[in-house]
Amino acid sequence: MAPDPVRSHTAPSDTGAPPALALRGLWKRFGQKIAVSGVDLDVPVGSFFGLVGPNGAGKTTALSMSTGLLRPDYGQVWVHGQDLWADPPRVKAMLGVLPDGVRLFDRLTGLQLITYSGLLRGMDREVVAGRAVDLLEALDLTADAGTLVIDYSAGMTKKIALACALVHAPRLLVLDEPFEAVDPVSAANIREILARYVGDGGGTVIVSSHVMDLVQRMCDHVAVIAAGHVLAAGTVDQVRGDASLEERFVELVGGRTSGEGLAWLHTS
Amino acid sequence: MVAHLLRLKLTLLRNGLKRSVWQIVGLVVLSLYALGGLAAATAGLVALSLAGPDLVRTVLVLTGSLVVLGWWIVPLVAFGIDSTLDPSRFVTFAIPRRSLLTGLAASGLIGIPGVVTTLLVLAAALTWWRHPVALLVSVPLVPVALATCVVGSRASTTLLAPLMARRRYREVAAGVMILPFMLLGPILNAVMAGVAAGKDVLPALAATAGWTPMGAVWAVPADVVAGRWGTAAARALVAVATLTLLVVVWDGALGRALVTATTAGHGRGGGHGRAGGHGRGLGAFGRFPGTPVGAVAARSLTYWRRDPRYAKALVAVPLIPVVMLVSGGGSRGGMLLAAGPLVALVLGWSISADVAYDGTAFWTHVATPLDGRSDRAGRLIAAAMIGVPTVIALVIASGALAGRWDALPALLGVSLGLLLTAYGGASVVSARVVYPVAKPEDNPFTSQQGGSMAAVVSQLLGWGAVLGLSLPELVLGVVAAGIHSVVLGVVALVVGLGCGTVVAVLGVRIGGRALDSGAPDLLARMVSFG
Repeated sequence: MAPDPVRSHTAPSDTGAPPALALRGLWKRFGQKIAVSGVDLDVPVGSFFGLVGPNGAGKTTALSMSTGLLRPDYGQVWVHGQDLWADPPRVKAMLGVLPDGVRLFDRLTGLQLITYSGLLRGMDREVVAGRAVDLLEALDLTADAGTLVIDYSAGMTKKIALACALVHAPRLLVLDEPFEAVDPVSAANIREILARYVGDGGGTVIVSSHVMDLVQRMCDHVAVIAAGHVLAAGTVDQVRGDASLEERFVELVGGRTSGEGLAWLHTS
Repeated sequence: MVAHLLRLKLTLLRNGLKRSVWQIVGLVVLSLYALGGLAAATAGLVALSLAGPDLVRTVLVLTGSLVVLGWWIVPLVAFGIDSTLDPSRFVTFAIPRRSLLTGLAASGLIGIPGVVTTLLVLAAALTWWRHPVALLVSVPLVPVALATCVVGSRASTTLLAPLMARRRYREVAAGVMILPFMLLGPILNAVMAGVAAGKDVLPALAATAGWTPMGAVWAVPADVVAGRWGTAAARALVAVATLTLLVVVWDGALGRALVTATTAGHGRGGGHGRAGGHGRGLGAFGRFPGTPVGAVAARSLTYWRRDPRYAKALVAVPLIPVVMLVSGGGSRGGMLLAAGPLVALVLGWSISADVAYDGTAFWTHVATPLDGRSDRAGRLIAAAMIGVPTVIALVIASGALAGRWDALPALLGVSLGLLLTAYGGASVVSARVVYPVAKPEDNPFTSQQGGSMAAVVSQLLGWGAVLGLSLPELVLGVVAAGIHSVVLGVVALVVGLGCGTVVAVLGVRIGGRALDSGAPDLLARMVSFG
């Protein structure tokens, strides 16, 4: 069940094993709007992969289709060489997911929500209990373990959702805007957890973000996506060249305005 | 500025209508109702104007007080109705408080309740056309009465807004408000009987109400007609003082609201202290087996307790027997015996919107390798842990009250059969159809626009199928109860349990298979609801 050997513009992974995630000709249309149009992407095993793009670029749609949450109109999703939409349960067992813009079962306490995520995946209760304590500790949520998630702040909600995505130690972690509303200290903790998960654990992480600086510092691979197309993909250094990632991003995506029209804003 | 706010309100109204045809249809239907009500009320007032001033006073003061009270209280329990011009949205604009105050008050009259009230108050003032002096007094009081309504509603909501922002309060208020609605029939009966019995009390009641903040403004013209100028002046003073007090209260509350933005929706204030109650530890997750089915059941059971939308289904349970008892004229006959099966049907069908209630949180199930059958089974088990004991207790109680111990096996057979069959049917329906429902933090009375035709059809078909599949035990049970045959009743019990279990298991399987193939599509639909 090797992925279709379509040549994409991403460098093939060094190990020779199938990529952690391979998207092939992915399309999705919502009514009149084509959200994702023919996306090909390879995410090498063991990479810390950043997905960047302007608002409405199709990041969330692409990531939803990559994790089994949204059915593509066309195209395939391969996770570690297995076709996701051909056998969803088998592939979903390898995935950890943090989607954006959806609710949680927020009438559960933080501890209950993590436990629920673990048990749903068929984990042993003792194992779940131990990991839940570790995760709450690592994400600085221990004091709020007994609080209903609905009473959490936005940043705490992101963190508890991350804990749910991590509890079963997935091989591929797909995080949609994981740092939104998260305070700087927690963000640093999360970055460290993820870096160690990639570095020591052999896991693969995909994060989407608007923050170019963050992606440039944190990720080793990056893909720029806009209007449903992948504009560039590869290692961060390949994509940015001599410029900063942000400059390169603006150059690729375009759409900068000069701001000169707002002369009245300059109060003297 | 006042004109600005009025225009804003009108624009919001128009844009709301643009969003969907059904909004327009809703407005038209509502307007027709309002017009009908208005016509009837006007006719009543015309007839009333020909009656003696004493009767006019009694009617106007009592109904007027009710209208004012309605304006003050209804927004508190139906907070979702009109927050288009929520004061906290104007925090960032530097609008003079006086302009904001007047503008918001005037905008409160835009909309069907405002228009209807305005016309009614005008008509009420004109009721005095046979007494020119009273008319001279009543017309200037029209704006006072209207302002008392509108400013009062604004004052009560603004004053209680910080409290309303707390989740627990809204849930309790919504729960409490369901009771009178469900008991509307019996209450109306009692009120009618009370009115018929105590007709003589009403004038005295009106005299008292005429001194209250709600009623004073309505009583002034009557006093003028009677030539009691002193009383009239005193009551007018009460009315004006009421309005002044309301304006001051609203002004103060608005001032506070404008500097401390309440974060409506997130009641963090109520969260921490209360979490200690049942928030500690694993709760139901510690008691169920540590399997996917056990986890789903534990989660569902937790939601039955913590989510007001589920509580709404449970609130109906004790009321059904009461309604049956009352509508049976208090006789302990057949109507009462029907309570058990009826409750079973309602409780059994209550999980038909389970996935819709999850909303987008359902992604948690879609993202895991959980198979559809475990999802269905877990939800059914949680519902049954509440439903089965409730139904059995209710059947025994109603049998005892009716003095029909002989009918107990038949009733149990019919009720449990219906319950299990409904669980099975609901397990299939909720795995295939989702439709917009109120969010857990919304007022459960907020009805959702755009409930599709598919939703209605699926509910009707589902009810039909449940009744059809329960026919064996229904027929057996009714016959057994009719001919007082215990043996036949036991047969009904066995058949009911058997058929019900088969349907429930089939429902879990069929629903499970539907989820296995269609869960992402259900999720996509719920994401599109927003």
